[in-house]
Amino acid sequence: MAGPSGTTLALDGDGLETVIAAVRQRGYTVIAPTVRDGAVAYEPITSAAALPRGVGDEQGPARYRLRERDDDALFGFAAAPSSWKRYLYPPATTLWRARRDEHGTLLFDESAAAVPRYAFLGVRACELAAILVHDRVFAGAAHPDPTYAARRRELFIIAVHCGSPSGVCFCTSMGTGPRAREGFDLGITELLDTATPRYIVEAGSPAGLELLESLAASPATVQDLEAAQAVTDVATEHMGRHLETGGLPEMLQRNLEHPQWDDVAARCLSCGNCTMACPTCFCSDDVEAQAPDGETSARVREWASCFSHDFSYIHGGTVRETVRSRYRQWMTHKLGTWWEQFGTSGCVGCGRCIAWCPVGIDITEEAAAIRASDGRGRGSA
Amino acid sequence: MTPVSHRVVGRRVETADVVTLQLEATDGSRLRYAAGQFNMLYAYAVGEVAISISANPLGGGPIAHTVRNVGSVSRALCGLQIGDTLGLRGPFGSDWGLDSAAGGDLVIVAGGIGLAPLRSVITQVIAERDRFGTVEIVIGTRTPEELAFKAEVESWRARSDLSVHVTVDRATPGWRGTVGVVTTVLPRVHCDPAAIALVCGPEVMMRFTALALMERGMPASRIRVSMERNMQCAIAQCGHCQLGSVFVCADGPVFTWERLEPLLAVRQL
Repeated sequence: MAGPSGTTLALDGDGLETVIAAVRQRGYTVIAPTVRDGAVAYEPITSAAALPRGVGDEQGPARYRLRERDDDALFGFAAAPSSWKRYLYPPATTLWRARRDEHGTLLFDESAAAVPRYAFLGVRACELAAILVHDRVFAGAAHPDPTYAARRRELFIIAVHCGSPSGVCFCTSMGTGPRAREGFDLGITELLDTATPRYIVEAGSPAGLELLESLAASPATVQDLEAAQAVTDVATEHMGRHLETGGLPEMLQRNLEHPQWDDVAARCLSCGNCTMACPTCFCSDDVEAQAPDGETSARVREWASCFSHDFSYIHGGTVRETVRSRYRQWMTHKLGTWWEQFGTSGCVGCGRCIAWCPVGIDITEEAAAIRASDGRGRGSA
Repeated sequence: MTPVSHRVVGRRVETADVVTLQLEATDGSRLRYAAGQFNMLYAYAVGEVAISISANPLGGGPIAHTVRNVGSVSRALCGLQIGDTLGLRGPFGSDWGLDSAAGGDLVIVAGGIGLAPLRSVITQVIAERDRFGTVEIVIGTRTPEELAFKAEVESWRARSDLSVHVTVDRATPGWRGTVGVVTTVLPRVHCDPAAIALVCGPEVMMRFTALALMERGMPASRIRVSMERNMQCAIAQCGHCQLGSVFVCADGPVFTWERLEPLLAVRQL
């Protein structure tokens, strides 16, 4: 957090509105939390009035409910059901189109979609960590994904340090939150110590600093900064879950035949909800979308799930035939092999997979159960 | 990655369900690739599949892909005729690493359509024959009728500087050769522990071949195998081809047995 040098400002609710206006003035579409269908959803907004005022949430295994808070907090909830990933990595993306010329020769056109300029407002530290994970997967790859890379380049991130973790949160275990440390343009802490909320805003990038300096607002006081720090300090003490990460990839690797995989497979519906809700799950199918007139055909990338039976299909059969092997693939990838592939954990501790699992499977409990009898499932890989 | 339009300039029916297509880019560009790599081939309005390159990388001629008709896309590809066009993006993946094998002996073991990516290496070895020591080639198919590249295999047999063994799981009338899976032939093959082995075929065949080669004294680090997994993006982003921490499309398809053995030892990994 920046010192009381004038680069950290203290704003009231109207001040937050000026931040939104300043971001919009710079050509961004602001995406922010809003209430839709009884849940918080990240949607385009044009005013702070669209933010969920006085709304909190209750999250547990297979449970998500909004609740009324006894204050006017605008960011008084934890991770929303749908993460930010759909804006940078859309659920369906046309990769290229094929058509034939008058001689029947195939021609290919690169997909040239306009690149939206998004400003995400209200990104939690865990979610910011998830975006940084996707940076490695999509932008840091040998063949960077053009859609992701272009959208990411244009992205302006306004993080909101978390003061309201839910019952499924474990960002502290994953080292990702509750205070965002890097990767944001502006970082906001919502203070609820006065009749109406106040917002302590710091810059995290040159673009953020430029915007901050354009605002007419008073600098945060030392007391403001201490209060802001206290918000995330308190949040740290209110994590709903804990995941022991010491030696986790190795621990999973030596337990690939652990009986717990059978246990979880008996409960798992293999529905793939966890992979859709997860902010880092990145698997996709390439599917063919033929135009109805037969004149063109497009190659479309769609979100996919490693829980699908045919996900690992090759001629002759599916490699991961059992739910046991598919859950094992998902979890050992997320918590283990992701490190080897991308130099980071694939889990950021947002807890979505726990809340949105229809049978309440809890990744922290499954990992703990294996660790509790470490060695019962020797694996040689 | 957008495909490049390629025209079918040659087509040969290899067996009842295998076709070799020779392809040239319609824009005149030439693909540089190494033996063992693969391309994503696209059939209009049907889809894409990963297919190994079966041509000699040094040959200078059209690129070749040998396709077995086992699904909707491969069926469409097998049905293409001379003059038709398809999409091609690539090349992708690791190769057989033939340069690192130069100066030593080679043991090449193919099962079924696994001969396709090995044909790429065999034709390159023939073109640069004096760079290598002894070259043993073992080819197994289910029946004599299912042997691809028949005329070429005959020409390889006729060479004094290659030792070629063809075996079939089931003989049919007229077959005078060996009967049995490839591992029944391996004890008769000249196999120096310092040789490099290149193996491609069904997974179970590769596993038993690797074991048999290790019994002959070859270390796992000198046995290279080419893996098949579901591949859709070919650039380590779609996730389908993961095997443990490995993306088969980008880290493979060619791996040392040393790397692969522990991964394949876990069922349904």
